[in-house]
Amino acid sequence: MYASTVRGLLVRGMLAGLIAGLFAFAVAYVVGEPPVRGSIAVEEATAAKEAAPAAGHAGHGGAEAAPAAGEEEELVSRPVQSTVGLATGVLVYGVALGGIASLAFSFVLGRVGGFSPRATAALTAAGAFTTVYFVPFLKYPASPPAVGNPDTIGQRTTLFFLMILLSVLLGVGAIILGRRLAPRLGNWNATLAAGGGFVVAAALAFLVLPDNTDAVKPEFPAALLWEFRVASVTVQVVMWVVFGIVFGVLAQRLLGRRTDPAGAQATAPQPASALG
Amino acid sequence: MAEAVASAAVSAPALSPSAPLPVRAVLPWALFVGLLMLVALYFVGAEQGATAVFSGEGVHEWVHDGRHLLGFPCH
Ligand SMILES: [Zn+2]
Repeated sequence: MYASTVRGLLVRGMLAGLIAGLFAFAVAYVVGEPPVRGSIAVEEATAAKEAAPAAGHAGHGGAEAAPAAGEEEELVSRPVQSTVGLATGVLVYGVALGGIASLAFSFVLGRVGGFSPRATAALTAAGAFTTVYFVPFLKYPASPPAVGNPDTIGQRTTLFFLMILLSVLLGVGAIILGRRLAPRLGNWNATLAAGGGFVVAAALAFLVLPDNTDAVKPEFPAALLWEFRVASVTVQVVMWVVFGIVFGVLAQRLLGRRTDPAGAQATAPQPASALG
Repeated sequence: MAEAVASAAVSAPALSPSAPLPVRAVLPWALFVGLLMLVALYFVGAEQGATAVFSGEGVHEWVHDGRHLLGFPCH
């Protein structure tokens, strides 16, 4: 009975994530690809500049040295990366996080404040955006191609996922804290206290975790970096706004026609031991 | 509430749309499907970067632009 409701929510969460992913992909293609393209151009120009003096020293063979340093071997062409490749990444991300968000929704529904399923869905989307993307972004912001050093990818990935985990755990902690405080402080003040606790704890995490070892090089164009990061935030905002709206409608519709399983069993000709 | 009372005579009473779902009903889905979703996220966000299940660069190259724009560390 309840299991089928959870399954229904999960399927709807993944569907809403897919729809959100389509919108996010459109935004990523339109506002995200230009700065990605620009960064790759910067990367290639830098590599060509570095290769040029070396070729000059050798006196000959410059024609061979330049392409070897300037261009990487292409497994997937740029046109594919920027269309089907981008779509794959964004859609899988949308479906997977849509599913996870619907499970989080199933846990908090009716347990945090007196919100309708639609409002709970909106709050879940806002919470997911904040904890999974935005707080980690403030510590380790998204970076365009050409910024990172390939040798530090291990450390950067570990720190980034650690930051996501910490941020999600702090978010869960804030919800639990808010629920505990609500009877004493009232809903409004409990929410403020829990939110404040989250901000302080996240700030402490920012201080404790090491800085990104791979700072953006001073010669990288600031406007391009800004454009890329705004695009990255926009993609995520669109993703979660669409998810919150679509999942809210679907969840409200599914949950609105539920009947009380305990009531159903009480009227059915089954022994009381069938309960549960 | 009034609707719940009215429909109770016919069949099972309507449940509030916001009635909590029992944790034991959510937990199995959270464990199995949640884990599956995390594996999918790993392939988008980190495969063939810091660690690799498959050799080569195919997965990384394919999702490359998404990885950068979604905020994951890349190259
Ligand atoms: Zn990259």
